[in-house]
Amino acid sequence: MIEAVGLSKVYAGHKAISNVSFHIKQGEIVGLLGLNGAGKSTILKILGSFLLPSAGTARVAGFSVDQQPEEIRKLIGYLPDTPPLYDEMGVESYLRYVAKLKNVPSGQVSGRVDQVMRQTDTVRVARMRLGELSHGFRQRVGIAQALVHDPKVIILDEPINGLDPVQIVEMRDLVTSLKGRHTVVLSSHILSEITRTCDRILIVDRGQLVAEGSEAELAGRMAQSMHLHCDVEALTPGLIEAVRSLDGVLDVKTSDVVGKPRLTVTTSADVRSKVAQAVVSSGAGLIGLSRTEAGLEGLFMKLIRQDGGREAGGKP
Amino acid sequence: MTGINKVFLVAGRELGAFFSTWMGYVICAAALFIDGLLFNAFAIGGGAKFSADVLGDFFYFASGISMVAGVLLAMRLVAEEKQNGTIVLFFTSPISERQLVYGKFLSAALFALVIHALSLYLPALIFINGRVSIGHLASGYLVLMLIGCATISISLFASTISPNQLVAAVTGALLTVTLLVLWMVADIVEPPFKELFGYLSIHNRHFTPFSQGIVNTRDIVYYLSVIVFFLECSVRALEGRRWKG
Repeated sequence: MIEAVGLSKVYAGHKAISNVSFHIKQGEIVGLLGLNGAGKSTILKILGSFLLPSAGTARVAGFSVDQQPEEIRKLIGYLPDTPPLYDEMGVESYLRYVAKLKNVPSGQVSGRVDQVMRQTDTVRVARMRLGELSHGFRQRVGIAQALVHDPKVIILDEPINGLDPVQIVEMRDLVTSLKGRHTVVLSSHILSEITRTCDRILIVDRGQLVAEGSEAELAGRMAQSMHLHCDVEALTPGLIEAVRSLDGVLDVKTSDVVGKPRLTVTTSADVRSKVAQAVVSSGAGLIGLSRTEAGLEGLFMKLIRQDGGREAGGKP
Repeated sequence: MTGINKVFLVAGRELGAFFSTWMGYVICAAALFIDGLLFNAFAIGGGAKFSADVLGDFFYFASGISMVAGVLLAMRLVAEEKQNGTIVLFFTSPISERQLVYGKFLSAALFALVIHALSLYLPALIFINGRVSIGHLASGYLVLMLIGCATISISLFASTISPNQLVAAVTGALLTVTLLVLWMVADIVEPPFKELFGYLSIHNRHFTPFSQGIVNTRDIVYYLSVIVFFLECSVRALEGRRWKG
Protein backbone atom coordinates (compact mmCIF):
# COMPACT_ATOMS: atom_id res chain seq x y z
CA MET A 1 0.00 0.00 0.00
CA ILE A 2 2.86 2.39 0.86
CA GLU A 3 6.37 2.16 -0.47
CA ALA A 4 9.24 4.53 0.20
CA VAL A 5 12.60 4.15 -1.51
CA GLY A 6 15.65 6.22 -0.58
CA LEU A 7 13.68 9.19 0.74
CA SER A 8 15.74 12.24 1.67
CA LYS A 9 14.67 15.76 2.52
CA VAL A 10 16.93 18.75 2.95
CA TYR A 11 15.67 21.96 4.57
CA ALA A 12 17.97 24.94 4.11
CA GLY A 13 21.09 22.79 4.10
CA HIS A 14 19.90 20.62 7.02
CA LYS A 15 19.13 16.98 6.23
CA ALA A 16 15.82 16.20 7.93
CA ILE A 17 15.74 12.62 6.64
CA SER A 18 18.29 10.64 4.74
CA ASN A 19 17.87 7.57 2.54
CA VAL A 20 14.74 6.23 4.26
CA SER A 21 13.18 3.12 2.69
CA PHE A 22 10.29 1.00 3.93
CA HIS A 23 7.21 -0.88 2.80
CA ILE A 24 3.80 -0.95 4.45
CA LYS A 25 1.19 -3.58 3.60
CA GLN A 26 -2.51 -2.95 3.24
CA GLY A 27 -4.38 -3.07 6.53
CA GLU A 28 -1.26 -2.76 8.68
CA ILE A 29 -0.88 -0.35 11.55
CA VAL A 30 2.69 0.88 11.47
CA GLY A 31 4.31 3.20 13.97
CA LEU A 32 7.14 5.61 13.36
CA LEU A 33 9.09 5.80 16.59
CA GLY A 34 11.72 8.40 17.27
CA LEU A 35 12.73 11.27 19.46
CA ASN A 36 11.44 14.77 18.78
CA GLY A 37 13.12 16.11 15.66
CA ALA A 38 14.06 12.64 14.42
CA GLY A 39 12.33 13.19 11.09
CA LYS A 40 9.00 11.39 11.68
CA SER A 41 6.81 14.32 10.66
CA THR A 42 8.87 14.91 7.53
CA ILE A 43 8.29 11.30 6.45
CA LEU A 44 4.55 11.62 7.14
CA LYS A 45 4.33 14.91 5.22
CA ILE A 46 5.95 13.27 2.21
CA LEU A 47 3.51 10.36 2.44
CA GLY A 48 0.70 12.91 2.73
CA SER A 49 1.95 14.32 -0.60
CA PHE A 50 2.27 17.88 0.60
CA LEU A 51 6.02 17.86 0.87
CA LEU A 52 8.28 16.78 -1.95
CA PRO A 53 11.33 14.68 -1.13
CA SER A 54 14.72 16.10 -2.15
CA ALA A 55 15.63 12.61 -3.33
CA GLY A 56 14.00 9.21 -3.50
CA THR A 57 10.46 8.18 -4.26
CA ALA A 58 7.34 7.28 -2.33
CA ARG A 59 4.16 5.67 -3.61
CA VAL A 60 0.82 5.43 -1.87
CA ALA A 61 -1.57 2.86 -3.36
CA GLY A 62 0.58 2.90 -6.47
CA PHE A 63 0.44 6.67 -6.89
CA SER A 64 3.64 8.68 -6.82
CA VAL A 65 3.77 11.50 -4.23
CA ASP A 66 5.58 13.81 -6.63
CA GLN A 67 3.71 12.93 -9.84
CA GLN A 68 0.15 12.19 -8.67
CA PRO A 69 -0.45 14.08 -5.41
CA GLU A 70 -4.07 14.81 -6.34
CA GLU A 71 -4.80 11.05 -6.52
CA ILE A 72 -3.15 10.47 -3.16
CA ARG A 73 -5.15 13.28 -1.57
CA LYS A 74 -8.34 11.37 -2.43
CA LEU A 75 -7.09 8.28 -0.62
CA ILE A 76 -5.64 9.63 2.60
CA GLY A 77 -6.89 10.98 5.87
CA TYR A 78 -4.29 13.09 7.62
CA LEU A 79 -4.03 14.30 11.18
CA PRO A 80 -1.11 16.71 11.62
CA ASP A 81 0.51 17.26 15.01
CA THR A 82 -1.89 20.18 15.53
CA PRO A 83 -5.45 19.31 14.41
CA PRO A 84 -6.52 21.61 11.55
CA LEU A 85 -9.60 23.10 13.22
CA TYR A 86 -11.42 26.39 12.74
CA ASP A 87 -12.24 27.68 16.21
CA GLU A 88 -15.30 29.63 15.10
CA MET A 89 -17.00 26.59 13.55
CA GLY A 90 -19.22 24.06 15.28
CA VAL A 91 -18.00 20.46 15.44
CA GLU A 92 -20.73 19.04 13.21
CA SER A 93 -20.64 21.84 10.66
CA TYR A 94 -16.84 21.54 10.50
CA LEU A 95 -17.05 17.81 9.81
CA ARG A 96 -19.73 18.40 7.17
CA TYR A 97 -17.43 20.96 5.55
CA VAL A 98 -14.48 18.56 5.56
CA ALA A 99 -16.65 15.75 4.18
CA LYS A 100 -17.62 17.93 1.21
CA LEU A 101 -14.01 19.02 0.78
CA LYS A 102 -13.00 15.35 0.66
CA ASN A 103 -15.52 14.47 -2.06
CA VAL A 104 -18.06 12.62 0.07
CA PRO A 105 -21.22 12.52 -2.10
CA SER A 106 -23.75 15.05 -0.82
CA GLY A 107 -26.32 12.33 -0.06
CA GLN A 108 -23.85 10.54 2.22
CA VAL A 109 -22.42 13.53 4.11
CA SER A 110 -24.85 13.36 7.05
CA GLY A 111 -24.42 9.61 7.41
CA ARG A 112 -20.63 9.77 7.35
CA VAL A 113 -20.50 12.66 9.79
CA ASP A 114 -22.82 10.84 12.20
CA GLN A 115 -20.72 7.71 11.91
CA VAL A 116 -17.36 9.37 12.61
CA MET A 117 -18.82 11.37 15.48
CA ARG A 118 -19.99 8.11 17.06
CA GLN A 119 -16.67 6.45 16.26
CA THR A 120 -14.69 9.25 17.90
CA ASP A 121 -17.23 9.83 20.70
CA THR A 122 -17.79 13.47 19.74
CA VAL A 123 -21.60 13.32 19.49
CA ARG A 124 -22.01 15.08 22.84
CA VAL A 125 -19.99 18.09 21.61
CA ALA A 126 -21.55 18.20 18.13
CA ARG A 127 -23.12 21.62 18.69
CA MET A 128 -20.13 23.18 20.45
CA ARG A 129 -17.68 25.50 18.77
CA LEU A 130 -14.28 23.97 18.11
CA GLY A 131 -12.62 26.79 20.03
CA GLU A 132 -14.51 25.77 23.18
CA LEU A 133 -13.31 22.15 23.14
CA SER A 134 -10.74 20.63 25.47
CA HIS A 135 -7.47 19.39 24.01
CA GLY A 136 -8.68 15.79 24.06
CA PHE A 137 -11.85 16.57 22.15
CA ARG A 138 -9.93 18.70 19.65
CA GLN A 139 -7.71 15.71 19.00
CA ARG A 140 -10.77 13.49 18.55
CA VAL A 141 -12.33 15.90 16.08
CA GLY A 142 -8.94 15.96 14.33
CA ILE A 143 -9.16 12.17 13.98
CA ALA A 144 -12.80 12.45 12.88
CA GLN A 145 -11.86 14.79 10.03
CA ALA A 146 -9.20 12.30 8.95
CA LEU A 147 -11.78 9.48 8.88
CA VAL A 148 -14.84 11.26 7.54
CA HIS A 149 -14.33 10.20 3.91
CA ASP A 150 -13.47 6.61 4.87
CA PRO A 151 -9.93 6.83 3.43
CA LYS A 152 -7.83 3.80 2.56
CA VAL A 153 -4.76 5.26 4.27
CA ILE A 154 -4.78 7.16 7.55
CA ILE A 155 -1.74 9.16 8.61
CA LEU A 156 -1.64 10.31 12.22
CA ASP A 157 1.17 12.56 13.41
CA GLU A 158 1.56 12.24 17.20
CA PRO A 159 -2.13 11.39 17.78
CA ILE A 160 -1.74 11.02 21.56
CA ASN A 161 0.26 14.18 22.04
CA GLY A 162 -1.01 16.06 25.09
CA LEU A 163 -3.75 13.57 25.97
CA ASP A 164 -4.42 12.45 29.54
CA PRO A 165 -4.15 8.73 30.44
CA VAL A 166 -7.87 8.04 29.93
CA GLN A 167 -7.87 9.80 26.58
CA ILE A 168 -4.75 7.87 25.57
CA VAL A 169 -6.52 4.57 26.23
CA GLU A 170 -9.54 5.74 24.21
CA MET A 171 -7.33 6.93 21.37
CA ARG A 172 -5.48 3.62 21.41
CA ASP A 173 -8.76 1.72 21.15
CA LEU A 174 -9.87 3.95 18.32
CA VAL A 175 -6.67 3.43 16.33
CA THR A 176 -6.76 -0.31 16.97
CA SER A 177 -10.35 -0.42 15.69
CA LEU A 178 -9.12 0.88 12.33
CA LYS A 179 -6.94 -2.18 11.76
CA GLY A 180 -7.64 -4.26 8.69
CA ARG A 181 -10.07 -1.86 7.07
CA HIS A 182 -7.56 0.97 6.83
CA THR A 183 -3.81 1.17 6.51
CA VAL A 184 -2.62 3.34 9.38
CA VAL A 185 0.72 5.07 9.77
CA LEU A 186 1.22 6.93 13.03
CA SER A 187 4.13 8.57 14.71
CA SER A 188 5.01 8.93 18.34
CA HIS A 189 8.00 9.43 20.56
CA ILE A 190 6.31 7.31 23.26
CA LEU A 191 7.52 3.73 22.91
CA SER A 192 4.79 2.09 25.01
CA GLU A 193 2.05 3.56 22.83
CA ILE A 194 3.65 2.43 19.61
CA THR A 195 4.13 -1.12 20.90
CA ARG A 196 0.53 -1.38 22.11
CA THR A 197 -1.05 -0.07 18.95
CA CYS A 198 1.11 -1.05 16.02
CA ASP A 199 1.76 -4.26 14.11
CA ARG A 200 5.14 -3.03 13.05
CA ILE A 201 7.54 -0.36 14.23
CA LEU A 202 9.94 1.79 12.23
CA ILE A 203 12.55 3.39 14.46
CA VAL A 204 13.79 6.72 13.14
CA ASP A 205 16.77 8.52 14.53
CA ARG A 206 18.41 11.67 13.21
CA GLY A 207 16.63 11.31 9.90
CA GLN A 208 17.55 7.69 9.34
CA LEU A 209 15.60 4.49 9.65
CA VAL A 210 17.71 2.55 12.17
CA ALA A 211 15.48 -0.50 12.70
CA GLU A 212 12.16 -1.97 11.70
CA GLY A 213 10.07 -4.97 12.59
CA SER A 214 7.39 -6.19 14.94
CA GLU A 215 7.79 -5.69 18.67
CA ALA A 216 8.80 -9.35 19.05
CA GLU A 217 11.37 -9.15 16.25
CA LEU A 218 12.94 -6.04 17.65
CA ALA A 219 12.92 -7.40 21.21
CA GLY A 220 14.55 -10.57 19.85
CA ARG A 221 17.41 -8.50 18.55
CA MET A 222 17.81 -7.02 21.99
CA ALA A 223 17.79 -10.43 23.67
CA GLN A 224 21.13 -11.14 22.03
CA SER A 225 22.62 -9.09 24.85
CA MET A 226 21.44 -8.82 28.44
CA HIS A 227 22.35 -7.15 31.68
CA LEU A 228 23.17 -8.95 34.95
CA HIS A 229 22.88 -7.00 38.18
CA CYS A 230 25.13 -8.40 40.85
CA ASP A 231 24.89 -6.91 44.36
CA VAL A 232 27.84 -7.61 46.64
CA GLU A 233 28.87 -6.81 50.21
CA ALA A 234 32.10 -5.07 49.13
CA LEU A 235 34.28 -4.67 46.10
CA THR A 236 37.37 -6.80 46.52
CA PRO A 237 40.62 -6.26 44.61
CA GLY A 238 40.59 -8.06 41.28
CA LEU A 239 36.81 -8.75 41.30
CA ILE A 240 35.98 -6.57 38.32
CA GLU A 241 38.90 -7.95 36.31
CA ALA A 242 37.86 -11.51 37.19
CA VAL A 243 34.30 -10.96 36.01
CA ARG A 244 35.42 -9.12 32.91
CA SER A 245 37.68 -12.01 31.93
CA LEU A 246 34.76 -14.48 31.84
CA ASP A 247 33.63 -15.79 28.44
CA GLY A 248 30.56 -13.95 27.16
CA VAL A 249 31.06 -10.84 29.30
CA LEU A 250 31.12 -7.69 27.23
CA ASP A 251 31.33 -4.97 29.84
CA VAL A 252 31.29 -4.42 33.61
CA LYS A 253 30.21 -1.25 35.34
CA THR A 254 29.94 -0.45 39.04
CA SER A 255 27.43 1.65 40.90
CA ASP A 256 26.16 2.10 44.42
CA VAL A 257 22.70 0.84 45.42
CA VAL A 258 21.50 1.59 48.97
CA GLY A 259 25.06 1.69 50.25
CA LYS A 260 26.12 -1.58 48.62
CA PRO A 261 28.19 -1.95 45.46
CA ARG A 262 26.44 -3.23 42.34
CA LEU A 263 28.11 -4.69 39.29
CA THR A 264 26.17 -4.26 36.07
CA VAL A 265 27.48 -6.87 33.67
CA THR A 266 26.63 -6.73 29.99
CA THR A 267 26.81 -10.18 28.45
CA SER A 268 26.19 -11.92 25.17
CA ALA A 269 24.95 -15.10 26.91
CA ASP A 270 23.51 -16.23 30.21
CA VAL A 271 26.65 -16.44 32.40
CA ARG A 272 24.98 -15.98 35.79
CA SER A 273 26.52 -19.11 37.35
CA LYS A 274 30.05 -18.12 36.24
CA VAL A 275 29.59 -14.59 37.58
CA ALA A 276 28.26 -15.94 40.90
CA GLN A 277 31.22 -18.29 41.15
CA ALA A 278 33.69 -15.47 40.46
CA VAL A 279 32.09 -13.24 43.10
CA VAL A 280 32.03 -15.98 45.74
CA SER A 281 35.64 -16.96 44.94
CA SER A 282 36.81 -13.38 45.36
CA GLY A 283 35.22 -13.16 48.81
CA ALA A 284 33.12 -10.12 47.86
CA GLY A 285 29.99 -11.59 49.46
CA LEU A 286 27.18 -12.24 47.02
CA ILE A 287 23.91 -10.60 48.07
CA GLY A 288 21.89 -11.05 44.88
CA LEU A 289 22.13 -11.72 41.18
CA SER A 290 19.44 -10.90 38.66
CA ARG A 291 19.06 -10.72 34.92
CA THR A 292 17.27 -7.94 33.08
CA GLU A 293 16.33 -7.82 29.46
CA ALA A 294 16.18 -4.26 28.36
CA GLY A 295 13.58 -5.15 25.72
CA LEU A 296 12.47 -2.73 23.07
CA GLU A 297 13.25 0.31 25.14
CA GLY A 298 16.80 -0.95 25.50
CA LEU A 299 17.05 -1.50 21.77
CA PHE A 300 15.67 1.95 21.10
CA MET A 301 18.20 3.56 23.39
CA LYS A 302 20.98 1.34 22.08
CA LEU A 303 20.24 2.20 18.48
CA ILE A 304 20.14 5.88 19.26
CA ARG A 305 23.39 5.73 21.23
CA GLN A 306 25.04 3.75 18.46
CA ASP A 307 23.90 6.33 15.99
CA GLY A 308 25.20 9.10 18.18
CA GLY A 309 28.54 7.35 18.41
CA ARG A 310 28.65 6.93 14.68
CA GLU A 311 27.90 10.59 14.13
CA ALA A 312 30.44 11.63 16.74
CA GLY A 313 33.04 9.27 15.34
CA GLY A 314 32.36 10.40 11.84
CA LYS A 315 32.04 6.82 10.61
CA PRO A 316 29.66 5.97 7.77
CA MET B 1 -17.97 17.71 -6.02
CA THR B 2 -17.06 19.65 -9.14
CA GLY B 3 -14.28 22.22 -9.36
CA ILE B 4 -16.49 25.28 -9.18
CA ASN B 5 -18.44 23.79 -6.27
CA LYS B 6 -15.18 23.51 -4.32
CA VAL B 7 -14.59 27.22 -4.98
CA PHE B 8 -18.05 27.98 -3.56
CA LEU B 9 -17.47 25.60 -0.65
CA VAL B 10 -14.28 27.42 0.36
CA ALA B 11 -15.88 30.82 -0.24
CA GLY B 12 -18.91 29.90 1.85
CA ARG B 13 -16.84 28.79 4.84
CA GLU B 14 -14.63 31.82 4.58
CA LEU B 15 -17.57 34.19 4.33
CA GLY B 16 -19.05 32.49 7.39
CA ALA B 17 -15.77 33.15 9.20
CA PHE B 18 -16.04 36.89 8.36
CA PHE B 19 -19.49 36.98 9.90
CA SER B 20 -18.74 34.78 12.90
CA THR B 21 -15.62 36.61 14.10
CA TRP B 22 -15.09 40.18 15.22
CA MET B 23 -12.72 40.80 12.32
CA GLY B 24 -15.43 41.07 9.66
CA TYR B 25 -17.65 43.33 11.75
CA VAL B 26 -14.77 45.61 12.76
CA ILE B 27 -13.61 46.07 9.17
CA CYS B 28 -17.18 46.66 8.00
CA ALA B 29 -17.98 49.13 10.80
CA ALA B 30 -14.69 51.02 10.38
CA ALA B 31 -15.12 51.27 6.60
CA LEU B 32 -18.68 52.56 6.91
CA PHE B 33 -17.76 54.99 9.70
CA ILE B 34 -14.85 56.51 7.76
CA ASP B 35 -16.93 56.52 4.56
CA GLY B 36 -19.62 58.52 6.36
CA LEU B 37 -17.11 60.83 7.95
CA LEU B 38 -15.38 61.65 4.66
CA PHE B 39 -18.70 61.97 2.87
CA ASN B 40 -19.92 64.58 5.37
CA ALA B 41 -16.61 66.42 5.66
CA PHE B 42 -15.53 66.57 2.04
CA ALA B 43 -18.17 65.31 -0.39
CA ILE B 44 -21.20 67.27 0.77
CA GLY B 45 -19.21 69.84 2.74
CA GLY B 46 -17.30 72.84 1.36
CA GLY B 47 -20.09 74.92 -0.17
CA ALA B 48 -22.56 74.42 -3.00
CA LYS B 49 -21.72 71.68 -5.53
CA PHE B 50 -23.36 69.87 -8.38
CA SER B 51 -24.77 66.50 -7.39
CA ALA B 52 -22.47 64.77 -9.87
CA ASP B 53 -19.43 66.41 -8.21
CA VAL B 54 -20.63 65.32 -4.77
CA LEU B 55 -20.97 61.79 -6.08
CA GLY B 56 -17.56 61.98 -7.78
CA ASP B 57 -15.95 63.15 -4.52
CA PHE B 58 -17.71 60.36 -2.61
CA PHE B 59 -16.32 57.73 -4.97
CA TYR B 60 -12.85 59.27 -4.72
CA PHE B 61 -12.75 58.96 -0.93
CA ALA B 62 -14.60 55.63 -0.92
CA SER B 63 -11.95 54.19 -3.26
CA GLY B 64 -9.32 54.73 -0.55
CA ILE B 65 -11.53 53.00 2.00
CA SER B 66 -12.17 50.18 -0.46
CA MET B 67 -8.42 49.63 -0.90
CA VAL B 68 -7.67 49.69 2.83
CA ALA B 69 -10.58 47.31 3.48
CA GLY B 70 -9.28 45.07 0.69
CA VAL B 71 -5.87 44.80 2.36
CA LEU B 72 -7.45 44.07 5.76
CA LEU B 73 -9.91 41.51 4.40
CA ALA B 74 -7.29 39.63 2.42
CA MET B 75 -4.38 39.69 4.86
CA ARG B 76 -5.77 36.76 6.87
CA LEU B 77 -7.01 34.59 4.02
CA VAL B 78 -3.99 32.30 3.71
CA ALA B 79 -1.60 33.64 6.36
CA GLU B 80 -4.05 32.80 9.14
CA GLU B 81 -4.40 29.26 7.81
CA LYS B 82 -0.63 28.94 7.92
CA GLN B 83 -0.43 30.38 11.43
CA ASN B 84 -3.15 28.05 12.75
CA GLY B 85 -1.98 24.99 10.84
CA THR B 86 -5.35 24.61 9.08
CA ILE B 87 -3.69 24.97 5.67
CA VAL B 88 -2.73 21.28 6.02
CA LEU B 89 -6.41 20.41 5.59
CA PHE B 90 -6.30 21.77 2.03
CA PHE B 91 -2.89 20.31 1.26
CA THR B 92 -4.16 16.83 2.13
CA SER B 93 -7.61 17.14 0.52
CA PRO B 94 -8.64 16.71 -3.12
CA ILE B 95 -8.81 20.43 -3.82
CA SER B 96 -6.47 22.28 -6.15
CA GLU B 97 -4.49 25.36 -5.19
CA ARG B 98 -6.48 27.28 -7.80
CA GLN B 99 -9.82 26.28 -6.27
CA LEU B 100 -8.52 27.31 -2.87
CA VAL B 101 -7.22 30.70 -4.02
CA TYR B 102 -10.31 31.58 -6.08
CA GLY B 103 -12.59 30.48 -3.24
CA LYS B 104 -10.73 32.67 -0.78
CA PHE B 105 -10.81 35.59 -3.19
CA LEU B 106 -14.52 35.17 -3.81
CA SER B 107 -15.29 35.27 -0.07
CA ALA B 108 -13.43 38.55 0.45
CA ALA B 109 -14.96 40.04 -2.72
CA LEU B 110 -18.45 39.15 -1.51
CA PHE B 111 -17.72 40.68 1.88
CA ALA B 112 -16.47 43.85 0.16
CA LEU B 113 -19.73 43.84 -1.80
CA VAL B 114 -21.65 43.75 1.48
CA ILE B 115 -19.65 46.74 2.78
CA HIS B 116 -20.31 48.71 -0.40
CA ALA B 117 -23.98 47.77 -0.38
CA LEU B 118 -24.27 49.06 3.19
CA SER B 119 -22.69 52.36 2.11
CA LEU B 120 -25.40 52.96 -0.52
CA TYR B 121 -27.35 55.17 1.90
CA LEU B 122 -24.63 57.82 1.60
CA PRO B 123 -25.03 58.62 -2.12
CA ALA B 124 -28.76 58.09 -1.63
CA LEU B 125 -28.71 61.17 0.62
CA ILE B 126 -27.85 63.23 -2.44
CA PHE B 127 -31.32 62.46 -3.78
CA ILE B 128 -32.80 64.61 -1.01
CA ASN B 129 -31.49 67.88 -2.41
CA GLY B 130 -30.19 66.93 -5.82
CA ARG B 131 -30.40 64.61 -8.79
CA VAL B 132 -28.11 61.72 -9.43
CA SER B 133 -27.86 59.54 -12.51
CA ILE B 134 -28.32 55.87 -11.72
CA GLY B 135 -25.71 55.14 -14.40
CA HIS B 136 -23.20 57.38 -12.61
CA LEU B 137 -23.99 55.63 -9.35
CA ALA B 138 -23.60 52.21 -10.97
CA SER B 139 -20.29 53.06 -12.67
CA GLY B 140 -18.94 54.47 -9.39
CA TYR B 141 -19.86 51.36 -7.44
CA LEU B 142 -18.48 49.19 -10.25
CA VAL B 143 -15.07 50.83 -9.93
CA LEU B 144 -15.20 50.63 -6.13
CA MET B 145 -15.70 46.89 -6.48
CA LEU B 146 -13.02 46.60 -9.18
CA ILE B 147 -10.40 48.52 -7.23
CA GLY B 148 -11.40 46.68 -4.04
CA CYS B 149 -11.13 43.29 -5.75
CA ALA B 150 -7.77 44.25 -7.28
CA THR B 151 -6.50 45.15 -3.80
CA ILE B 152 -7.90 41.91 -2.39
CA SER B 153 -6.13 39.96 -5.11
CA ILE B 154 -2.83 41.77 -4.44
CA SER B 155 -3.14 41.27 -0.68
CA LEU B 156 -4.20 37.65 -1.10
CA PHE B 157 -0.92 37.10 -2.90
CA ALA B 158 0.86 38.87 -0.02
CA SER B 159 -1.01 36.63 2.40
CA THR B 160 0.10 33.56 0.45
CA ILE B 161 3.79 34.44 0.61
CA SER B 162 3.79 35.79 4.19
CA PRO B 163 4.24 33.77 7.37
CA ASN B 164 1.64 35.72 9.35
CA GLN B 165 -1.15 38.26 9.01
CA LEU B 166 0.89 41.28 10.06
CA VAL B 167 3.57 40.67 7.45
CA ALA B 168 0.80 39.95 4.93
CA ALA B 169 -0.89 43.29 5.68
CA VAL B 170 2.36 45.22 5.36
CA THR B 171 3.35 43.42 2.16
CA GLY B 172 -0.13 43.84 0.68
CA ALA B 173 -0.17 47.54 1.55
CA LEU B 174 3.30 48.04 0.07
CA LEU B 175 2.36 46.35 -3.20
CA THR B 176 -0.87 48.34 -3.41
CA VAL B 177 0.79 51.67 -2.62
CA THR B 178 3.47 50.92 -5.21
CA LEU B 179 0.79 50.42 -7.88
CA LEU B 180 -1.05 53.47 -6.53
CA VAL B 181 1.83 55.94 -6.85
CA LEU B 182 2.97 54.75 -10.24
CA TRP B 183 1.07 57.63 -11.83
CA MET B 184 3.37 60.05 -9.96
CA VAL B 185 6.38 58.16 -11.27
CA ALA B 186 4.84 58.35 -14.74
CA ASP B 187 4.85 62.14 -14.45
CA ILE B 188 8.61 62.32 -13.98
CA VAL B 189 9.92 59.67 -16.38
CA GLU B 190 10.39 59.74 -20.13
CA PRO B 191 8.51 57.65 -22.70
CA PRO B 192 8.06 54.72 -23.09
CA PHE B 193 8.09 54.28 -19.28
CA LYS B 194 5.76 57.25 -18.89
CA GLU B 195 3.01 55.37 -20.75
CA LEU B 196 3.81 52.07 -19.08
CA PHE B 197 3.76 53.40 -15.50
CA GLY B 198 0.70 55.49 -16.25
CA TYR B 199 -1.11 52.41 -17.52
CA LEU B 200 -0.04 50.25 -14.59
CA SER B 201 -1.17 52.76 -11.97
CA ILE B 202 -4.12 51.26 -10.15
CA HIS B 203 -6.01 54.45 -9.38
CA ASN B 204 -5.54 57.63 -11.35
CA ARG B 205 -6.03 56.91 -15.03
CA HIS B 206 -8.33 53.90 -14.68
CA PHE B 207 -10.39 55.15 -11.77
CA THR B 208 -11.28 58.73 -12.73
CA PRO B 209 -13.54 57.99 -15.73
CA PHE B 210 -15.69 55.62 -13.66
CA SER B 211 -16.05 58.17 -10.87
CA GLN B 212 -17.40 60.59 -13.49
CA GLY B 213 -19.89 58.03 -14.78
CA ILE B 214 -17.84 56.92 -17.81
CA VAL B 215 -17.28 53.19 -18.23
CA ASN B 216 -14.34 52.21 -20.45
CA THR B 217 -13.87 48.57 -21.40
CA ARG B 218 -10.07 48.98 -21.35
CA ASP B 219 -10.21 50.08 -17.71
CA ILE B 220 -12.34 47.07 -16.82
CA VAL B 221 -9.83 44.89 -18.67
CA TYR B 222 -7.00 46.51 -16.69
CA TYR B 223 -8.62 45.79 -13.32
CA LEU B 224 -9.57 42.25 -14.32
CA SER B 225 -5.98 41.70 -15.52
CA VAL B 226 -4.57 42.83 -12.16
CA ILE B 227 -7.03 40.57 -10.34
CA VAL B 228 -6.26 37.48 -12.42
CA PHE B 229 -2.51 38.16 -12.46
CA PHE B 230 -2.19 38.27 -8.68
CA LEU B 231 -4.60 35.36 -8.19
CA GLU B 232 -2.45 33.24 -10.49
CA CYS B 233 0.68 34.42 -8.63
CA SER B 234 -0.98 33.16 -5.44
CA VAL B 235 -1.74 29.82 -7.09
CA ARG B 236 1.89 29.47 -8.17
CA ALA B 237 3.16 30.46 -4.73
CA LEU B 238 0.97 27.83 -3.08
CA GLU B 239 2.01 25.17 -5.58
CA GLY B 240 5.64 26.02 -4.89
CA ARG B 241 5.32 25.35 -1.16
CA ARG B 242 5.67 21.59 -1.80
CA TRP B 243 9.30 22.12 -2.73
CA LYS B 244 10.08 24.39 0.19
CA GLY B 245 8.26 22.43 2.87
